Amino acid sequence: MAYVDAVVQGILLGGLYALFATGLSLIFGVMRLVNIAHGDFIVLGAYLALVVVQATGLHPFASLILVVPLMAGIGYAIQRGLLNRTLGPNLLPPILVTFGLAVVIQNGLLTLFSTDTRRLAAGPIETASLSLGPISVGWLPLATFAVAVVLILGLELLFYRTAMGRAFRATTDDAEMARAMGVNTRHVHALAMALSFAVIAIAGVFLAARSNFDPFSGPARLIFGFEAVIIGGLGSLWGTLAGGVVLGVAQALGAQISPQFQILAGHLVFFLILAVRPRGLFPRME
Amino acid sequence: MSKSVIRVSLLLAVVTLILALAPLWAGRSDLRLIGEIMAYLALAVLWNLLAGYAGLMSVGQQAFVGLGGYMLMISTVMLGLPPLAALPLAFVLAGLVAAGFARLLFRLEGAYFAIGTWVAAESVALVFAGIPALGGGAGMSLPTDAVRSIAASREMREFVIYWLMLGLGIGTLVGAWTLIRSKPGLALMALRDNPVAAVSVGVNIQRIRFWTYVLVAAITGVIGAIIFLQKLRVSPQAAFSLQDWTVAVIFIVVIGGIGRIEGAIVGTAVYFLLREILGDYGVTYLIVLGVVAILVVSFSSGGIWGLIERRFGWSLMPTARRMTDR
Repeated sequence: MAYVDAVVQGILLGGLYALFATGLSLIFGVMRLVNIAHGDFIVLGAYLALVVVQATGLHPFASLILVVPLMAGIGYAIQRGLLNRTLGPNLLPPILVTFGLAVVIQNGLLTLFSTDTRRLAAGPIETASLSLGPISVGWLPLATFAVAVVLILGLELLFYRTAMGRAFRATTDDAEMARAMGVNTRHVHALAMALSFAVIAIAGVFLAARSNFDPFSGPARLIFGFEAVIIGGLGSLWGTLAGGVVLGVAQALGAQISPQFQILAGHLVFFLILAVRPRGLFPRME
Repeated sequence: MSKSVIRVSLLLAVVTLILALAPLWAGRSDLRLIGEIMAYLALAVLWNLLAGYAGLMSVGQQAFVGLGGYMLMISTVMLGLPPLAALPLAFVLAGLVAAGFARLLFRLEGAYFAIGTWVAAESVALVFAGIPALGGGAGMSLPTDAVRSIAASREMREFVIYWLMLGLGIGTLVGAWTLIRSKPGLALMALRDNPVAAVSVGVNIQRIRFWTYVLVAAITGVIGAIIFLQKLRVSPQAAFSLQDWTVAVIFIVVIGGIGRIEGAIVGTAVYFLLREILGDYGVTYLIVLGVVAILVVSFSSGGIWGLIERRFGWSLMPTARRMTDR
């Protein structure tokens, strides 16, 4: 029974990992950029929510009304001001710049907020649970999973049903041709990053409501998000959700064997997928 | 050999001789500092070969530093070998582990390869933290009789470790320079400048990347063994530190000049200078380093040495070939 319970909790944990991964998957899809500071921006979002909650007294989830547009603005500005100039045939510059950003954010947060661990108090939903026979499922993990599903559904609609989505896809396929057809690709890249940062903001608030965080919590979030992307297969958001679920279940089962084995079990499944299905479970991208 | 190569070789020989005699003119703490500078010079030269030439942006080199540190403990405590025997063993262990990782990680594209190497390093750290015989998460110290077997007096031990670090720093620098000037080096330079064109003239990219990755990892393992021979104590956190063994090294290479042999030298000098000046400010110092690195990549991708090269046309360790009139 303990194992059935672990699988269920692992599936729901996968929802959180999908939230970590979606922003990463999105910008890689549009501009082949990997943001090494992705996890640190998630933590930045969590601290931003903390500040908003403390200043306004809003509920953490209500704070998203402010945190999402703020983070999206930061994302747009970083892409337009910094990252666009590093995009090109050479892969190193964007990695190096986002790597520098990661170090600056971690130590900047350390200066502002010290190393104390923080948490966002989300109220009764934190501990409320739903009984499904012998298994009880927390409302918060369930809500996280539901948000991940709705978010991915929304992004799929945006990509395939709107003019903005068409511009994203055109830029992905052939940025030069898109430019020739009158698409402002610099603006499109910045919009994609803004969208990624909006997702980052949501991921940050759910992270902060579910667990403790500190200025150095970012890298582990990046790694879990990355593993979900690779396990699921590049270019597919539903694949990313599946990857998050596989990772969550692997970690939950690993924790059943020994608490120390939790994270390592996730890494091992990642390497296993890389060995037997190097393109991931549900690849879409060529 | 061209005149400039002979001149630089002479200069290097003189500098090496002066540094080798440092126990005569430098104090204990200076000796430690020069030793540390040499270790970082070696790490920077190696990472530069990896990222700057082979295009393999690894952020997981701490895996191999840590493996070297742990090989030191395994060979002295478990196998009862003298500490210096750990150096060749660290070379082999780190090289073998790298060969295994390469088979999987090389399936990941550019930037994803970077995060993949990070996951690999985290996994190795978790494995070592889970081995009770090696102290688990707390780590362990080198036994005193093993320490004594390096040399009888503490002073002499410090000299031996210093010379090892000096030899490794200078050796790696000269080795990398020689490699770049050799035939495989020509392929590496072609790879750096234009991977597509490199393939078209017959460079086997996969093979040269694989061997660069494995060789760099193996030597990084040896550096790790020497670093922890000096520290005398190894723990998963210290041995597999992303901050100490990879972040610092990336900043050194990026600021000095990626894809240039001289970049590692200039970067190491700037890094230690900044550390001596700003070291007391801890966090601020890291923020400054991060900002400088971002600015350098955005405005002068060749780093400080790239600027000097363009402005004055200097080349300290020439790797370019010129047509000569016969």
